[in-house]
Amino acid sequence: MNIRVNGDTRAVADGATVAEVLAELSVDRPGVAVALDGEVLPRGAWAGQKLYEDARLEVLVAVQGG
Amino acid sequence: MDPLVIAGRKFDSRLITGTGGAANLSILERALVASGTELTTVAMRRMDTEGGPGVLELLRTLKIEPLPNTAGCRSAAEAVLTARLAREALGTNWIKLEVHADERTLLPDPVETLEAAEQLVDDGFVVLPYTNDDPVLALKLEEVGCAAVMPLGSPIGTGLGIRNPHNIEMIVSRSSVPVILDAGVGTASDACLAMELGCAAVLLATAVTRADDPELMGTAMKHAVIAGYAAREAGRIPERFWAQASSPDRD
Repeated sequence: MNIRVNGDTRAVADGATVAEVLAELSVDRPGVAVALDGEVLPRGAWAGQKLYEDARLEVLVAVQGG
Repeated sequence: MDPLVIAGRKFDSRLITGTGGAANLSILERALVASGTELTTVAMRRMDTEGGPGVLELLRTLKIEPLPNTAGCRSAAEAVLTARLAREALGTNWIKLEVHADERTLLPDPVETLEAAEQLVDDGFVVLPYTNDDPVLALKLEEVGCAAVMPLGSPIGTGLGIRNPHNIEMIVSRSSVPVILDAGVGTASDACLAMELGCAAVLLATAVTRADDPELMGTAMKHAVIAGYAAREAGRIPERFWAQASSPDRD
């Protein structure tokens, strides 16, 4: 199935969890926050949250700014 | 110098030096240390953009508290989501709220800023909003529960200094939360003036990070804020039209 990660389409295994996709992308580190379809998904829920076709995942991190 | 107190938290430094604009982390480190800041801004961006988690590690090493901002947000809804993501990512409920009206001016959108501030306060955030140099809006932001108000001196990154000092004085004169001058500082005298006008602190980034020598400008800003605060506390002499001799009359 296809999902969108930070705006880019990405093919992932059917029923993959958020934690699995983040691990695949090597972004499952401290200082990272995730939104699923525009809502914050707390770190504790990453492993239990299954993804679905067209899910929109945003992966954010703190950078220099302001 | 008395400590700066925001939402019950004390800071010995009254300068908040942002991290934006530094060419690399080693320049940033020297500038932050020279400025003596204890609180610094960071932005939230998509993981694949440059920057990475390096800046957070640096702040941890330097024991400088990160203050996430919502820079780049154009609506209250976007800013609220970004603040919640920042809280999740950094484990802090402090947020520098910024809602920009357009790219050219980067001026705060007053309607969206107020709306976002209200929602974030309700959601338990300590909200520090970037606002116009507008005494009416500043009061409204305070009324909805913001922990400080942060009026601009002039637009972000312009270095034009404080274009309307009287407005800043009006904001200070009736604010019961700290007023932090945010944006527009170009050089040390601007930061000093902000403090002389009664601001509780100064927030700046570009003036230091994009100076020819960021470390030296960090030092300059540190002293400027201390000098301005002391001058304000000391009480300046009234301005006079005609000269007044400071030496005794000749016999």
